[in-house]
Amino acid sequence: MAGWKKLDEMTYLGKPFTRVDGPEKVSGKAKYTYDIQLPGMLYGRILRSPHPHAKILKIDASKAKALPGVKAVLTDIKEEALFAGDDVAAVAAVSEAIAQEAIDLIDVEYKVLPFTVNEDEARKPGAPRVFTARENNLGRKRERSEGDIEKGFEEAQVILERTYRMVVQVHTSFETHGCVAKWEGDELYLWDSTQGVHGVRSGTAKALDIPENKIHVITHNMGGGFGSKFGPKSYNLIAIKLAKKANAPVKLMLDREEEMLAVGNRPSSIQKIKIGAKKDGTLTAFQMESYGTGGIGGGAGVPQPYIYHFPNFKVNHVDVHINAGPGAPMRAPGHPQANFAMESIMDELADELGMDPLELRLKNDPNQTRQKEFRVGAEKFGWKKRKPSGSGKGIKVRGVGVGAGRWGGGGNKKTQAIVSIYPDGSVEVKIGTQDIGVGTRTIVAEVVAEELGIGVSDVTPLIGESDYPWAPNSGGSTTVASITPAIKRAADKAKEQLISVVAGHFNVAPEKVILKDKQFSAAKKKLTWKQACNLLEGQPISVLEHWGEGLSSRGTAGCQFAQVEVDTETGKVNVRRMVAVQDCGLVLNMLTAKNQVNGAIIGEIGYVLYENRLLDPEVGIMVDANLENYKIPGALEMPDFDVTMYDESERGVIGLGEPPAIPGIGAIANAIANAIGVHIREMPITPDKVLMAIQSRKEGKA
Amino acid sequence: MKDKNQKSAISRRNFIKGFGGGIVGTAAVTSSFAKGEGKQAGPHGSMVRGPGKVKISLQVNGKNHSLEVEPRTSLLDAMRDQLGYTGTKRVCNRGECGACTVIMNGKAMLSCGIFAMDADGAKIETVEGLATGEKLHPLQEAFVKHDALQCGFCTSGFLMSSVALFAKKSFAKSR
Repeated sequence: MAGWKKLDEMTYLGKPFTRVDGPEKVSGKAKYTYDIQLPGMLYGRILRSPHPHAKILKIDASKAKALPGVKAVLTDIKEEALFAGDDVAAVAAVSEAIAQEAIDLIDVEYKVLPFTVNEDEARKPGAPRVFTARENNLGRKRERSEGDIEKGFEEAQVILERTYRMVVQVHTSFETHGCVAKWEGDELYLWDSTQGVHGVRSGTAKALDIPENKIHVITHNMGGGFGSKFGPKSYNLIAIKLAKKANAPVKLMLDREEEMLAVGNRPSSIQKIKIGAKKDGTLTAFQMESYGTGGIGGGAGVPQPYIYHFPNFKVNHVDVHINAGPGAPMRAPGHPQANFAMESIMDELADELGMDPLELRLKNDPNQTRQKEFRVGAEKFGWKKRKPSGSGKGIKVRGVGVGAGRWGGGGNKKTQAIVSIYPDGSVEVKIGTQDIGVGTRTIVAEVVAEELGIGVSDVTPLIGESDYPWAPNSGGSTTVASITPAIKRAADKAKEQLISVVAGHFNVAPEKVILKDKQFSAAKKKLTWKQACNLLEGQPISVLEHWGEGLSSRGTAGCQFAQVEVDTETGKVNVRRMVAVQDCGLVLNMLTAKNQVNGAIIGEIGYVLYENRLLDPEVGIMVDANLENYKIPGALEMPDFDVTMYDESERGVIGLGEPPAIPGIGAIANAIANAIGVHIREMPITPDKVLMAIQSRKEGKA
Repeated sequence: MKDKNQKSAISRRNFIKGFGGGIVGTAAVTSSFAKGEGKQAGPHGSMVRGPGKVKISLQVNGKNHSLEVEPRTSLLDAMRDQLGYTGTKRVCNRGECGACTVIMNGKAMLSCGIFAMDADGAKIETVEGLATGEKLHPLQEAFVKHDALQCGFCTSGFLMSSVALFAKKSFAKSR
């Protein structure tokens, strides 16, 4: 099977192309799960535990059941609530308001249990246990090492010991988790706001013992997930059960508070690091002890010693459980945490050595792509103009910083796609992937158009249904590397079949037929695309193909440069400019790729400067479960974006969702340190911390 | 984009007014639009409607609709659930994010923070009304051209805010 064409021979791929569903999305026509309305549809609501830890002794739902409009009540969900926000009971009613009223009428008798919502407290011996059957709140201790750590520190001429802290962040998907469940006999239709229609289908089949072929999961448009929406989750199962009980379709969308409490977060990270280096900047040793919490879940591990070469390292990590909602993968799980600590300590080391931070990186980064990207970025950014840290004068001081990252990606070999060419000339591609907002639908159509030599608008991309050929969950930046090889191979084969029909008509060998600009020609004969398809005589060409080697790869590198301005009187940080240089192999669509990087940078700004899932230690509940107190960047916080896609198209397709969400974190933190002359080792870097840091420097403590 | 002095297009007072009642069975009608069924005199001379359903009329994108809403129903939910204008989205449901922005009587307003019955008689513009047939509004075209959206869930809010902003004389002058 042929590989991709060369970049300069391509019509669509590698070039900017507006989204095929752009017009639908800007005119309100695109239907999301939240927009599904079915005749006789009920609304579901979940009663959630007000206590961070409690046994559920008794649920009296008689008043709820008696409320007019209530059609189904579920009370057998669980016996113990492990966090404030854990599901306890559920209701389906004719309106959302009535469902909420009914929820409020359910009496629950709880036995309140001791709780812990702070990872520093929870890891101490004797702390209240999150899982009462376990000995303590600690997960399995993991350790990794290379070389000889003691020798590494002996060789070091400079040794730094620092601790970096990152709090819990929530995904803040704008469309909350939610679904519409509808039974038709024993067939289940589930519209779900998910990152994986096939994952939800197989998981639901297992959880509820339903034959997998009876389940149809649909996600035509999805309002953001960032790793939190790999289902099925409890709300799915609740909605499905309510729909069965009420014998009517049930829509169950979480509200913003539930979204923040119950369906995922990025775990916290506390990293105690010791680093050794020679005076010329050669790194010799890295030692880390880390812990963090994903609430009742896990996933707080960090891939240290991240991207720089340490001949000797030793790292260990332990997850700590607390009574809070479960952690979930979030855009490059672990990497932003690793990046913040690593890039911060690299800059602290550079300061200590009196070395330029970029020079220190170039000296120790073994990745050849990043070596080039650093240079491209530095040139575009004007890194040479960097001033010594803390040298700015006046109320508003500026600083610059750099950071870098890596990600894996790669394709799933089981992915399949069907490409069909119909006798009337229309073309369709079916694949059970989903567009989680990144432009997948557009790329699906573009690949077929590129291979068949027709227009993108000539192709109907059918995605977002579990009845279509299998594709993996959209996670780990694996989507494009999974789906495009399957789609390309199916399109190539469909084209071959059409050409052989045309060759028969022309009475020439297939290899003599040329397809260009929607026109077939051989010898002096010509056929338009439509005329050629008309030859199919009622039977469409339909090709199912699998993923194949040689069209995609894994492993990306990227760096970002940040310029910030710090108001030394208010402590407010303004990110003025971000320069990103990012590789993702063959860029499929330059417009959506760059936008993907822009979006990732916005996420980085939120993580570094604003976001903090705050639990009250006295009562164990989240105090900022809304968009007023939980801050994310808005239009006024946008920097100037300058994105360069570093061309390594010869490597084939590699995913881009996660890679650019990493490098800027350290870059922004380091830019703040460069501006004020002090490293703030705890994110988010809020005005209070900035002012304290400035004060401590004045007092000569930093 | 960096002008911090831009006046908010959202009337704070109207927002609080619409929101202050919270989700209750009865709400005091303070809106000047107030009219219709179930009206009765309340304390301090205010008019009280509810707790039953209230008849209202809305003009959405030039089309007149008559509907019955509970006093606690927000304009957002009434438009979406009863009239099918699902282009407007609920994200925070408490007036913090702007995703539910519509243009009401010429002003950008947060439809999650307005009681439907307080919008009685109002002219509402939503994202569904921007295009003329298949021809997109220039701002819609610009959003597509510059890929000013990803998942698109909050896009209608950005569009309606932008349309209201561009309609302001002071903004037009500054461009």
